[in-house]
This record gives sequence, structure tokens and C-alpha cells, in this order.
Amino acid sequence: MLYDKHKAEIDAILAKYPSKRSALLPMLYIAQDEYGRLDRDSIGEVAEILDLPPTDVYEVAGFYTLFYNEEVGKIVLDVCDDVPCCFCGAEELVADLENRLGVKAGHTTNDKLFTLRRVKCIAACDQAPVLQANLEFHNKVTPDKVDTLLAELRSEIESGKPISISGRFAEH
Amino acid sequence: MPKTELKEYIVLRNREIPNIRDLDVYVANGGYETARNALTTMTPQAIVDEVKKSGLRGRGGAGFPCGVKWGFVPKELNPKYLVVNADESEPGTFNNHEIIDLNPHQMIEGVVISAFAIGANTAYIYIRGEFAYGARLLEQVINEARERGFVGKNVFGSGFDIDIHVHRGAGAYICGEETALLESLEGKIGQPRLKPPFPAVAGLYAKPTVVNNVETLTNVPRIIAKGADWFRSFGTEKSPGTKAVSISGHVKNPGNYEIPLGITMREFIYDWAGGMRSDVPLKFIIPGGASSTWLTTEHLDTPLTWDDMAAAGTMLGSGAVVILDESVSVVKAALKIDEFFKHESCGKCTPCREGTHFLVKVWERIDEGHGRSGDIELLADVGTQMLGKCFCPLGDSAVSAVNSAIKFFRPEIEAEIAGGTH
Repeated sequence: MLYDKHKAEIDAILAKYPSKRSALLPMLYIAQDEYGRLDRDSIGEVAEILDLPPTDVYEVAGFYTLFYNEEVGKIVLDVCDDVPCCFCGAEELVADLENRLGVKAGHTTNDKLFTLRRVKCIAACDQAPVLQANLEFHNKVTPDKVDTLLAELRSEIESGKPISISGRFAEH
Repeated sequence: MPKTELKEYIVLRNREIPNIRDLDVYVANGGYETARNALTTMTPQAIVDEVKKSGLRGRGGAGFPCGVKWGFVPKELNPKYLVVNADESEPGTFNNHEIIDLNPHQMIEGVVISAFAIGANTAYIYIRGEFAYGARLLEQVINEARERGFVGKNVFGSGFDIDIHVHRGAGAYICGEETALLESLEGKIGQPRLKPPFPAVAGLYAKPTVVNNVETLTNVPRIIAKGADWFRSFGTEKSPGTKAVSISGHVKNPGNYEIPLGITMREFIYDWAGGMRSDVPLKFIIPGGASSTWLTTEHLDTPLTWDDMAAAGTMLGSGAVVILDESVSVVKAALKIDEFFKHESCGKCTPCREGTHFLVKVWERIDEGHGRSGDIELLADVGTQMLGKCFCPLGDSAVSAVNSAIKFFRPEIEAEIAGGTH
């Protein structure tokens, strides 16, 4: 299924490497976008395409933070709360988002639109407080900008345009 | 205005030439001409020699001489690989981010010249998964360069083939360590390999491999175009050239600055980055990313070079200066830094996996007002058990914050323990 639907993209990925296994990370991104998360079935499918033991694929899917084993929202909001961001408004931003979304960091809203996470450094420290929405940067998100940002993201979801939680393509 | 002005940009040329990321603009400013000259008129050895002569040191953190690293690659073993380390993840560092987004062709030109120099026909750019935009941009930039014959088969009619592929990581700081990066590129979890063998001999797919940082490679076209002597007119004898340094935290103008190596920390903070953002005074400096030992106001006259920073007990690292003012709790800062290393420990070596866990536990209880007498000694002891006992430097890095906090701010930690609710 996955292979048939994304044949051109998958073949292009496989052609980049002398070893099939090197295609594992990019393949997991495709599977994650297709199925919304990496569950038993999607991991099995990737393992089959790459001729790998499913256990090896599980291990990799569990190691990296951008692979989601649990269900996530349409948009994953990753707020950097590392040093120096935590001293430059990140804590206030997390609190604000938790209030407006009605969930604690690490959880998904009831309407399944947003997952809010605290993440480690995303290499944009001069832009604090900073977050990524499906891996697109939003800089200097001071509390006065949160409403507008959430409204924009909601209208993006409603527009029905393809969404990539893995950041494989631009959403707008 | 900085008292020590930069004569011209070497790396962040996007600051001088608007839209240099567009291929036409890059080419109009001499882009890819250096690669053409190098590949059609120079021998690979001549390029390696010029880079050696320039004294270019790796910009990713260790500061190892780039030309010397290239020289370790055995000539008779093939295929060889060039891998670009674009896994920029050290807290405080964001200069590769700017190069990739705004001056990507210069990096690609650096890849072409460097691959030719070491005899690699394939290059992989390992870019952190969070740089999703950067990864898409690089794909596009490489395609544009390929269409003009700057990348691909028989580039510039030289007979040399170079394929460049973008490979996205998926969120793991440890993959910035070169052997973990290679494991990840091979489709495995990012756990460092035991060295030796070094990647130069047995790297990607057990073949000779050079791993170079984004900024390092971005320097290469300018060194080859203008010569080692020109490059050495910037910086100091042992730290030649410039460095794109990221500054963040409580300064007036956070951002990236390309500085001539050798200016002092004081000049950098006050003349370049505008000084403190408010009247709250400077408390401490994390000078080379979260892994580095902290500096305080007494170290402001330390020159920004690899050797001077080492002499001051810390490191230049990846060029990431974090400025924190008196509003910051030392315990909170150390806790956040060690939380980072706990989260990013790959779990392979016990001292790092368990040690980071214990450090966080102790910092956390002090921060929450439940610190115990003897906790400072406990932290120091855990640190001692971690230092130098792991495959890679991640565990050691977690100890930097512990030892810095205790060395410079012991009374504050003691007061926090004593004043806690227990």
C-alpha cells in the first residue's frame, strides 16, 4: 500500500544509498505522514519494504523524537524550553498554550487538532520564545501573538490542504 | 559599532550580498567559478595542501585542522564518502541554520571542491530533522546546481563525478557526534562507535569517510579562491579566519555574528551584540554551547580562539555564547542543561545513561526546595564517575554544568539547599 502510493518518492530515496537500510529514516517519515503515527502495522510495512526485521524498525522508531508512536494531532506544536529559551519567555509561552488549548504539554487536544510538546534546542535561540508547528519555525512567539498563530493554524487545517506532520513538504 | 570590524565576510556573505541563495545571484558574484578552477586546473593534493596551509580548523566544536583530517584518508581504498554534518543541535548554536537557509550554494560549492580533494564521488548532507525547510531548500539548491552542470556527472568537464544527497535525521542531538551520525545515516539508532577505527579509514558503510561541519565546508571555496595567506589575514596564528558565532540569552542584540577570531569576549558581548538587554547585570556566560564550562565576569578579557578558551578552562566549541543575567537561578540553569543531556544520552554507556539521570534528580530536588546537605558533594561525585568513562563526550558535557555551578556559585547552591522546605 505504502509503496504503491508513494512509489516515485520511495524509489528515489532507495536510489540514494548503496544499502536499503539507509532509507529507514526517510521511509518512516512517509509512513508517519500516511498513517498519522508509527503503529505495529505501519512499522511492519516499512520493515517489509526495506527487508528488515520489524524489531530493528521498532528500535529506530523509538529512538528519535520526531517519530510518533502515539497518535498526534493534525499539527504538532514543539516549544523549545531549553537554555536559553527557558529564561527568555519559553515557560510563559508553554503556560499560555496550555491555557488556550486546554491540555498540558505532552498531550493532544480533544478535537485531535493540536499536540503540544516541550522540546530540546531547535537552533533558533536568538528567536526565543520559539516554536515549530509541524516543523515550520515560528519566531518570537510572545503571548500577544499566540491567538493569531493558533487561528492561522486552524484555518490551515480547515482549508483541507495536505498536511505533513513529518515536514516532508511545505504546507502553505 | 564594533571597534574591530570585519574586513569582509567569508561565511555569512548573505549579510553583504542580498539574495545570494539564488543561484543566479551566487553565480553573478563568482559562485562556482572557484570549483570550476579547482577541478580543472588543480590537483586534489594541491587543494588539500592549500587548506592545510590556511590552518582552517573544524568549526563544529573540536577545532581539528581540516586539511590534516583530509590527509588521513587512505588513497588506495574506494569508494570514499564526504559527509556534511548539518545536525546543529548544541543548545545555543544556530549559525549553520543561517548558512543553510541563506547562503546554501557556497556550502554546496565547498562540498564539490572538498569531495574532489579527498576523492569522494558521493556526498551526504546529514541535516537535523527539525530543519525540514532547510532540507527541502538544499534539495532544490542541489537540483539547480545539477541542472547547470555544477553537481553530477563530469562536472565542469573535469571528468569528476559528484552526487550530493540530503539525508534528514529525526531528532537526536547525539547524531552530531560523527560516528553516531554515520550509524544514523546507515538507518540505525544513533549510538557512537568505538574509535579507532576512525571514519577516515572505516566510516560510512565501513569505507573511508570525511565528516565536516557546514561552516567548515563553507569556508573552503573562499580559501581556494583567495588563498591561504588571505585567509590567514583574519584571526590569529593558531586560530586563523573568522567564526560565525551565535549569541543569545540576555543580550540586547542576539543573533549570529561573523567575527575575526581573537577578539575578546568583552568586545563581542558589548561592542558587537550591544551589551546586556537591561540594567540587570551579567551573571555568567556559557561560552561554547551547553557542553562548555561556564565563564564569569572575571573572564571577559579572554580572546575568542580555540587555544585561549582552552587556557581559560573552557572551549570555543561550536561558537555559541549564551549570556545569562542575575535574574537566573544557577540551580535552574544547571538543571535545564543536565535535563538536556539526560534526554539526549543515547543509553549506550552506563556512566552517561545513569549519571545524567542522577544529576537531574539531585538538581531537581534542590530546585524544588528539597535539597539535602551533602548534595553538592553528591553531584561532584557523580560527575567524577562520569568523566572520561564513555565512548563519546556527551557524558562529560553533562558534568560541565555541575562543575561550573559548584566552582563559581557554591554559596548560592548552599543557600538554596539550606533555605529549602525539605
